[in-house]
Amino acid sequence: MSVVSMTVNGKPVTGEVEGRTLLVDFLRNNLSLTGTHVGCDTSQCGACVVHVDGKAVKSCTTLALQAEGAAVTTIEGLAKDGDLHPVQKAFKENHGLQCGFCTPGMIMTAIDMIERVPNLNEEKVRAELEGNICRCTGYHNIVKSVLAAAEEMQR
Amino acid sequence: MSETGIGKAVRRKEDQRFITGKGRYTDDINRPGQCHAYFLRSPHAHARIRKVDLTVAKSAPGVVAIFTGSDVEKDGLGGLICGWTVHSKDGSPMKQGAHPILALDTVRYVGDHVAMVIAETYLQAKSAAELIEVDYEVLEAAPNVATAQAFDAPQVHKEAPNNTSFDWELGNKAETEAALKAADRVVTLDLTNNRLIPNAMEPRAAIGDYNSGTGEYTLWTTSQNPHVARLVLSAFVGVAPEHKLRVIAPDVGGGFGSKIFIYAEETACTWASAKINRPIKWVADRSEAFLSDAHGRDHVSHAELALAADGTFLGLHVKTKANLGAYLSTFSASVPTYLYGTLLSGQYAFPAVYVEVDGIFTHTAPVDAYRGAGRPEATYLIERIVEIAARELGQDPVEIRRKNFVRTFPHQTPVIMNYDIGDYDAALNKALALIDYPGFPARKAEALSRGMRRGIGFSTYIEACGLAPSAAVGSLGAGVGLWESAEVQVAPTGKVEVFTGSHSHGQGHETTFAQLVCERLGVPFEDVEIIHGDTGRVQFGMGTYGSRSGAVGMSAISQALDKIEAKAKKIAAHLMEAATEDIQLKDGVFTIAGTDKTLPWAELTLAAYTAHGFPRGEIEPGLKENAFYDPLNFTFPSGCHICEVEIDPETGTTKIVNFVAVDDFGVIINPMIVEGQVHGGIAQGIGQALLEACHYDETGQLITGSFMDYCMPRADDMPDFKLGFTQTDCPSNPMGMKGCGEAGAIASPPAVINAVTDALGIREIDMPATPARIWSALAAHSIAAD
Repeated sequence: MSVVSMTVNGKPVTGEVEGRTLLVDFLRNNLSLTGTHVGCDTSQCGACVVHVDGKAVKSCTTLALQAEGAAVTTIEGLAKDGDLHPVQKAFKENHGLQCGFCTPGMIMTAIDMIERVPNLNEEKVRAELEGNICRCTGYHNIVKSVLAAAEEMQR
Repeated sequence: MSETGIGKAVRRKEDQRFITGKGRYTDDINRPGQCHAYFLRSPHAHARIRKVDLTVAKSAPGVVAIFTGSDVEKDGLGGLICGWTVHSKDGSPMKQGAHPILALDTVRYVGDHVAMVIAETYLQAKSAAELIEVDYEVLEAAPNVATAQAFDAPQVHKEAPNNTSFDWELGNKAETEAALKAADRVVTLDLTNNRLIPNAMEPRAAIGDYNSGTGEYTLWTTSQNPHVARLVLSAFVGVAPEHKLRVIAPDVGGGFGSKIFIYAEETACTWASAKINRPIKWVADRSEAFLSDAHGRDHVSHAELALAADGTFLGLHVKTKANLGAYLSTFSASVPTYLYGTLLSGQYAFPAVYVEVDGIFTHTAPVDAYRGAGRPEATYLIERIVEIAARELGQDPVEIRRKNFVRTFPHQTPVIMNYDIGDYDAALNKALALIDYPGFPARKAEALSRGMRRGIGFSTYIEACGLAPSAAVGSLGAGVGLWESAEVQVAPTGKVEVFTGSHSHGQGHETTFAQLVCERLGVPFEDVEIIHGDTGRVQFGMGTYGSRSGAVGMSAISQALDKIEAKAKKIAAHLMEAATEDIQLKDGVFTIAGTDKTLPWAELTLAAYTAHGFPRGEIEPGLKENAFYDPLNFTFPSGCHICEVEIDPETGTTKIVNFVAVDDFGVIINPMIVEGQVHGGIAQGIGQALLEACHYDETGQLITGSFMDYCMPRADDMPDFKLGFTQTDCPSNPMGMKGCGEAGAIASPPAVINAVTDALGIREIDMPATPARIWSALAAHSIAAD
């Protein structure tokens, strides 16, 4: 077992992990932050996306020890003082979720995309979502949500 | 009408928790003292188990217990059951072998359960499972539905000779044969309906928790119908008496049918938690989901359509081989029979239809209901053969459909169903306008100028939802009734709690069901709470599948609200000193007709519980009513989907450039949610048509066992959907609703394949029409042309 320390949603945390412990398991099991989900075992579905030092990463493909000293943001860390992040708001307003399981990863991916990609349009959003699978929405309203949020955030 | 009533695009109540990471799925729950289970699965499609040696594994770090089939057998547990009995042509019931929780002496598919390993942590359980030594005698397997009936094929169950569970028929055989003989033209078609893997994004999971102090079991599980799970586990498997078993299906991350069924894993977790007197959690990884979730579709069919020279349909004969997998899953026998054959008349006034279905065992995972369940298979067959008929007769595919539409209702088909209402022309016309059908030739020519092949394809579908009248399904072999229950409980402060037997796993019931309450009682949206998915709180329920939660589940709520309203008016009459029939309830206020006297909702509800001065024998205190609603008929959503594709002949790649769906779902409660259901259904249908295929090799190995190998639809595979609605109110339930959950998956595959074959100028192509298949078809075509 090793000790790992990082900042999660602005709070310093420390925990004991095995070398093989994944970041997603550290978040879910050690910190009880169960908003980050595991939907596959091949790094394909993106339900586990969190931000590590400001970049979207798949926490199912990152060892907890790799995040030593990093600043991690999860879905639980987005709303500030009860105010939803614009992307969270847009997903609700545009019905960008149904069962909600892929949603945390979608939202974390969307924030990263909006911050990183200039002049988002439908085609770019669809291409950028290639690492996130949703089985409920047919992506139609997810694309709408991301574009609406992008407009709001760039305003 | 209030902003939160029926017909309004109310934003969803449930979203707040899902967008903030506060959803509570089964894997998010942990019980004190919990340990973890891992199931050792068969690596072989068919093998005899000579010996299982647990010695080394039992001494591995953290191992608490390891159980095999003999432990389950010793405790006298029954096996898993199929709740629907189908009969063969000779009247004999379907044949089946036992379906043990953990394998006894034989494994019958890759992924079959061999042992349950329980350890302090998941990784310890998984590591220990690798130390179990199983001595298998590997046997030949029969994984392919097309060949499993051969006389020399390996047998899945000795009880089912030739791997045939049943040979079922429906319809009028003699009339159909006569129609085929007398027809001016007969169009034949051989087609397969590709096997699919449901892949809800949340993998299945379960926590079994036995309390030795009370003798009570609690099972948290990813279920679409927790009450049915409780009934099966108690009455048939015998894990626990029904009153000592509580089943909770908390937030569930998608189902699409795959979470209707009662599986070995949750059964074993519940049973074993008492054996070791500790809670046990099991969560599938995606690979296990691929191997062990019930799969969908997998038909091989031959169809013959009899036509008059003018294109009038005279009869349809269909012969289908349906794959059941290695065991009969919970509802598997009903899917390729009563949910399939009954829809083969489509939207058309067929005088004769005859269908024969062989239900066939193979050495593959069980096959059961997947979004649409039988109806996509029927729709694909009929909409493909109709389109081919139009082409071969030189008719417009729109006109041949129009010529044969049912236009008078009720309409009795030759295959049981009695269509209550519909307007197929209206949906077709609207869809043609939305896609600009007259402009298609110009778009095709323009595409060709860029070297692209453009095609258009139609699907005018019907399906049967609102499952289902209990007497009807009982007469067809169902072991259950398909009513729904609801209980409405009004608190003294006027807040309303609705306990429903429907289960939401993405459908948004907490919102739509609350809209009905707002509409009826006039209470604020925030004052309504919908409770579901817990046998400890909801008395009974049949759950959510078959697009039944609106038409059946909400009808039950509506019926309970009738009773609430009646009693509230009685109380109001007493308090306001008026006659009950003069009391009106509008926008949350009681009034006496013709006066200005008013009584607010919350004053009345408080009075219902103080009960001061209620006349004894006339008014009981309290305000709580329940109802069981049993539908009068199936409901018949229908509509028209049109797909336009462009195919790059150099690469064989298909791009969907235009997709229109016009649906008639009857009354719509929340258009935003209904549109979302249609989007999702179409995406699964496009997935089936262009991307998804489950493949077993000839030895029965699943070779599409991960998201790397099984092509799930991604955002850039999907077009922007254009939706429209027409409306004929369903006369068979008080809500006027038909159901919208499955239509997209039912209607869209033939529209896509009709478009692809139109673009390529070929008669047939198998689903999924991958670039490789399209490229090969083009190459073969051009060789033939040369």
